[in-house]
Amino acid sequence: MTSVTADERVAGAGWVRRLLIRPELGSVVGAVAVFAFFSSQSAVFRSAEGVANWLDPASTLGIMAVAIALLMIGGEFDLSAGVLTGTTGLVVVTLATRYGLDVWTAMLAGLVLALAVGFVNGLLVVRTRLPSFIVTLGTFLMLQGLNLGVTKALTGTVQVGGLRRVEGYESARALFAGSVTVGGVDFRVAIFWWLGVTALATWVLMRTRAGNWIFAVGGNEQAARAVGVPAARTKIALFMTTAVAAWLVGSILALRFSSVQANVGIGQEFIYIIAAVIGGCLLTGGYGSAIGASIGAVIFGMADKGIVFAGWDADWFKFFLGGMLLLATLANRLVRRYAEEVRR
Amino acid sequence: MSTPLLQTRDVGKSFGSVIALRDVSMLVNSGEVTCVLGDNGAGKSTLIKILSGVHVQDRGEYLVDGAPVRLGGPREALDRGIATVYQDLAMIPLMSVWRNFFLGSEPVTGRPRRLDVARAKDVARRELLDMGIDIRDVDQPVGTLSGGERQSVAIARAVHFGARALILDEPTSALGVKQAGVVLRYIARARDRGLGVVFITHNPHHAFPVGDRFLVLNRGTSLGEFAKADITRDELTSLMAGGAELDQLAHELGRDGPAGAGVTPER
Ligand SMILES: Nc1ncnc2c1ncn2[C@@H]1O[C@H](COP(=O)(O)OP(=O)(O)O)[C@@H](O)[C@H]1O
Ligand SMILES: [Mg+2]
Repeated sequence: MTSVTADERVAGAGWVRRLLIRPELGSVVGAVAVFAFFSSQSAVFRSAEGVANWLDPASTLGIMAVAIALLMIGGEFDLSAGVLTGTTGLVVVTLATRYGLDVWTAMLAGLVLALAVGFVNGLLVVRTRLPSFIVTLGTFLMLQGLNLGVTKALTGTVQVGGLRRVEGYESARALFAGSVTVGGVDFRVAIFWWLGVTALATWVLMRTRAGNWIFAVGGNEQAARAVGVPAARTKIALFMTTAVAAWLVGSILALRFSSVQANVGIGQEFIYIIAAVIGGCLLTGGYGSAIGASIGAVIFGMADKGIVFAGWDADWFKFFLGGMLLLATLANRLVRRYAEEVRR
Repeated sequence: MSTPLLQTRDVGKSFGSVIALRDVSMLVNSGEVTCVLGDNGAGKSTLIKILSGVHVQDRGEYLVDGAPVRLGGPREALDRGIATVYQDLAMIPLMSVWRNFFLGSEPVTGRPRRLDVARAKDVARRELLDMGIDIRDVDQPVGTLSGGERQSVAIARAVHFGARALILDEPTSALGVKQAGVVLRYIARARDRGLGVVFITHNPHHAFPVGDRFLVLNRGTSLGEFAKADITRDELTSLMAGGAELDQLAHELGRDGPAGAGVTPER
């Protein structure tokens, strides 16, 4: 930026335009508004304890939303991401409690499985050229069936538990599901994982070749291929990244509760997409931001807990979600038009 | 005579039962512009997709620097210095000018390897200026550029990455008169830098001023390849429109009697 030679045609409107075409802009405005609103309703909400409280749901959602944002920027969806958090959690707990693995080894096995699911999703999408919406709807349903079927067959119930008694639990829990005290307030470690994931994703997107390729395959895959971008590899890597995020969140939840319900994560896949869209991702791909998706997750966290703090019925949460989504999509459309307007 | 940069000998390509291209021979020399002319569906895009490694010919030979090749993909063509700017998919509209400029060949620095953003922006700005392209701001999305500017950025990019052959698929067809003139000027500039240019168009008035050789296609077959000395603009125009058909059209449209060569086909 330093060596930009001034051009009179850039002056004035330049920085306004820069700001307006930032994908995160809408989510920042939304987050400020939601924070101000709930803060006015509840003093606890704006206290440090309150913040730690609503950052907790924001963190696990945020890890997934960031990964989904990368995938959406790359032009694809993953509907199996939510249920995969359940699958990995179930695998970790089952292997550790029933097959004699320690927690760390079980987690490693869960990671390998997640990578395999992500790879298969990606390979199916790039090979068949079917919409990823359909392909991952298929894997979503299959995993959902497996989660319930295998859990019932093994335990006769719909949950597996008892991770607490397995070797390695304490150390793994400290790293993935513990708390850190900052200024006398306990914050979940998941919050730091989430911040780390957001920072890493942002760096990759904005400052690496892979990031350039992600924008390119989502923006115009054919054009990207024509200049030598490895589009198939990029997409498969994105599906695998999403799967790793699902493994991380699945492990965090398993370690936190020491047990996993077989229906965990179902329905979450849309929440991830909504958070990413609120964060500025276009449904058509090629545009968006990891930080935006994280802020989208914060909005969710605030609404989720804020409605409780304010003493309202939790049903209002869904209404709120829908409203946010519509507003965000409309705002994104304007941004896209602005950025894409062609002058001949 | 030196070896041509690119050459095809009787190449053909079919898609299922559709014969898109049959027995087409052409050549491209360094520092020259070879124009490929023809109506919609004539097979122009198919021909240049063979040149650029997107398709492999079913029949005939494709020679680069005199040696027969079968290119495995656009990357392989690029590695041999054959760059292509496609009709509508030249650029990614939502990405900035500098990101588009370096897409697929991004400069990296340091460890872990990261984009050398400062250098990329600097080089993009300089290369564009060198080609005489005055982009306001290399950070702006390519979608905000005019059609002619976009084509010009793509041409500058190919030149920067050491292209020896530059293939342009209808770069002027969607442009107004003035913008088309801008693009023609960059084509001439690339030629002056010693590149062999393949310029696809269905407009003989765009082709004639810059072209050194003209290949005319009609329904997948070649109507001939001509050096500039051997053909006039009017001959080229009437050949393209299928001479007799054009005379007939002129007759139909004229108020009194045949108007002959006065008619120029739209587009
Ligand atoms: N990938 C393809 N599959 C099937 N038919 C094709 C394909 N590409 C081109 N064709 C056909 O080949 C013919 C020539 O097309 P094209 O080379 O695009 O013509 P032009 O670029 O001169 O307009 C057309 O009839 C077109 O329908
Ligand atoms: Mg064409």
